Amino acid sequence: MDEERGNRGEPSGAAQWYELFSRGARDWLRHDEKVREAVRANLPEMIAGGDVINGGARTVRVPVRMLEHYHFRLRRPEEQQGAGQGKAKPGDVFSAPGREQGQGEKGPGGRDEGEVQLLLEFKIDDIVDWLWEAMKLPNLKARVGPSEETDWIREGWDRHGARSRLDRRRSFKELVKRRAAPGATQTFIDEDLRYRQLARRRQPALHAVVFFMLDVSGSMSDRDRKLAKTFFFWVVQGLRREYRSLETLFVAHTTEAWEFNEPDFFQVSGSGGTVASTGLAKVREIIDARYNPGRCNIYLFYASDGDNSVSDAADARGALGAIAADACFTGYVEVSSGLSRQLATETGKLFAELQAAGCAAGSYALNDFEDVWGAVRHFFTAEAQAPESP
Amino acid sequence: MSEGWQSYVRRIEELAARSGLEFHPVDFEAVPDSFMMEIAVYGLPVRMPHWSFGVRYIYQLIQRHMGHSRLFEVVFPGNPGHAYLAASNGLAENILVTAHVLGHADFARNNLLFRRCQEQVSEHIVEHAANHARQIQQAIETHGAQRVEAALDAALALEQHVDVDQPLRRERYPEFLEDAKVLVEDQFRKRFAALEPLAGGSAIEVKKRAPLPPHPERDLLWFVANYAPEMESWERDIFLAVREESFYFYPVFASQIMNEGWASYWHARLLREADFIPQQAYLDAIKCHSDVVRPVAAESQVALSINPYHLGFAMWEKIVEKNGLPAARAIMQQDDDFSFVRNQLTRELADELGLFRYSARSDGQIKVLEHDLTALHEAVLAPKYNFGAPIVCASHVRNDGTLELTHDSSVDGRGLDLERSRKVLDYLQRVWRRPIVLTTVNQAGSALELTAP
Repeated sequence: MDEERGNRGEPSGAAQWYELFSRGARDWLRHDEKVREAVRANLPEMIAGGDVINGGARTVRVPVRMLEHYHFRLRRPEEQQGAGQGKAKPGDVFSAPGREQGQGEKGPGGRDEGEVQLLLEFKIDDIVDWLWEAMKLPNLKARVGPSEETDWIREGWDRHGARSRLDRRRSFKELVKRRAAPGATQTFIDEDLRYRQLARRRQPALHAVVFFMLDVSGSMSDRDRKLAKTFFFWVVQGLRREYRSLETLFVAHTTEAWEFNEPDFFQVSGSGGTVASTGLAKVREIIDARYNPGRCNIYLFYASDGDNSVSDAADARGALGAIAADACFTGYVEVSSGLSRQLATETGKLFAELQAAGCAAGSYALNDFEDVWGAVRHFFTAEAQAPESP
Repeated sequence: MSEGWQSYVRRIEELAARSGLEFHPVDFEAVPDSFMMEIAVYGLPVRMPHWSFGVRYIYQLIQRHMGHSRLFEVVFPGNPGHAYLAASNGLAENILVTAHVLGHADFARNNLLFRRCQEQVSEHIVEHAANHARQIQQAIETHGAQRVEAALDAALALEQHVDVDQPLRRERYPEFLEDAKVLVEDQFRKRFAALEPLAGGSAIEVKKRAPLPPHPERDLLWFVANYAPEMESWERDIFLAVREESFYFYPVFASQIMNEGWASYWHARLLREADFIPQQAYLDAIKCHSDVVRPVAAESQVALSINPYHLGFAMWEKIVEKNGLPAARAIMQQDDDFSFVRNQLTRELADELGLFRYSARSDGQIKVLEHDLTALHEAVLAPKYNFGAPIVCASHVRNDGTLELTHDSSVDGRGLDLERSRKVLDYLQRVWRRPIVLTTVNQAGSALELTAP
């Protein structure tokens, strides 16, 4: 269609300001910002709801409602009267499929907007930053060991080097010094040039291994596992803040124990009884085979419903002690969505003993998704305050 | 914009003038759909920034994507008037819209409510609103976006709480009470007044300070702007800017049925009489007209709201048919929607149009009620009472600056929505800066106080 400016006498083709700028979009962005602020204030409750962990993505999606700019309104009556039009007789009864919108509304009329949900995407890194800020979680103490790990750092100058490392300030100083002598060349000569040098230096290691051990016996329901999964997810995020290289290892056990990769780990379900010592022994075995406890920080988080078989108590105590001796921290979350027994279980007792013995250990009863943040806070505060284990 | 529309504008204007329409000149401008949408969202082509407009903008975008609404034109009264036409309109649509706009222009120039508000606001609301937007932009630069937003949150939350019966530039209340003496002018009093004042009888003249406010005040925007104890002058300006725009919006809101009906009546009539329009364009335009004034959506039999275009159009047709055009023009000049519907919506017409009252329960069940013309009038008008807002008055300012607001639940019939009211108090408290108390009633009808902070 042939377009032309409608305004009389307006030169056609001149771009109008409104073609370059949208006030609606500007005010929408401000609304967006406000929503983000509000979400940020209520973040722990909003994202504990389970579905945040979408297969290794670096963002989470949070459904939110649009903000309302409030006006004085009358209370919603039990019966609302209105006027309509169409084929209807007095006494007719029907049900409304959905509220209809008034047409052609202008100005500040009352309007009843239908519910529109937004999906806001947040970066997980941002969320963890906010949470650390909001929850005032202490930064973790890292047990540092010497390490092979090295890094290039800048150190000293040389007369030879790559052009990109030319230090102009330094070179100019050399020029000034040399020119002070009578009869010297006034311009730069090769001898003035100084290049920054790199050297290899050993860096103290901040290396961590986190074992996530999950009880997948018959008594653990899907919901229990999802609870544990949400908790584990945020623990990983928290630890990743502290350690440049974080290794995560996943162990599941029933009466036997297996090591899994991350995707499979959360899918497994087993049946049968619970023998915690098998899992703990597996963890110990992996530590011995692959890691040097003196050089890396070892964490263990164990999620179970706590129903460890009674005959296993002694074995489990021994195996747990063996790990705790080398670990920075061992944590136990009791996921029992049905009954909240507050850690008065076989496994609960084991960790209580460990804590009483002065080891860096903690336990938390996780009954609902709302508790996830309580658990994270509990463990990270406890870990930071834990005594250095021998 | 389709070729050739321009050539019809002049001829339609001439035809309209011959038919008795009196209007100020109108500037037509074709704008892209996106800008049309923004005009509809903001109500004015350039208006102050606020996030709540962003929310409306998104709803409008969603509506448009679902194909629910299409905007042909937006017209602003004034001298000259401004009409914005969607650039996507076809020739037939533009011919129709031109005639429609002239109907609006006639209405805005002659209707008393419009005229009174335009005398207050001036005939250049578009420019005024743009100027407000610029002032507010300057305030943002000087005082920061957050503080300006807090003031706008409060002012826009109260945008319906104005008193258009008072002048726009309104004097403050008298500071002192007047002497309550009522003098009877008789011979004795005249002679008495002429006497020398008593020597030594110099009673100290005690002036009594008037209570604040002297009577419950409906115009909250004006009251806050004038009497808030610790408001900055730029915040007062924001309140007064919002108030001025509300004065402009009021007649648009309070005569929507009449105004849209009048414009629809005239576009239909001018189209019929315009023999210079090509046959095809005429047919297309008539089809477009019947879409606009359609009472119920095509696929449904019953609508639970009334299309103001349709109702107004049908009423004006009836009035012109029965009483002739001069009588219709007199009604157009004097009425607003309240008197128009109450006086002119007759039982026969209501039956003919199939209007009914219903009551909707909260579970979604809807029951059609008995015929009752008076009740039907009120059901149509109820959303329009008091600019569509509950009646909340400033009733007292205590010595410590605490503002007392009172909700008149006897007129409104029920109490306020507490959650929303609290939020509004929070907004307002940030500019009033002293405590605020709001009295309303609870579900059982007994008094209830909300306070902020």
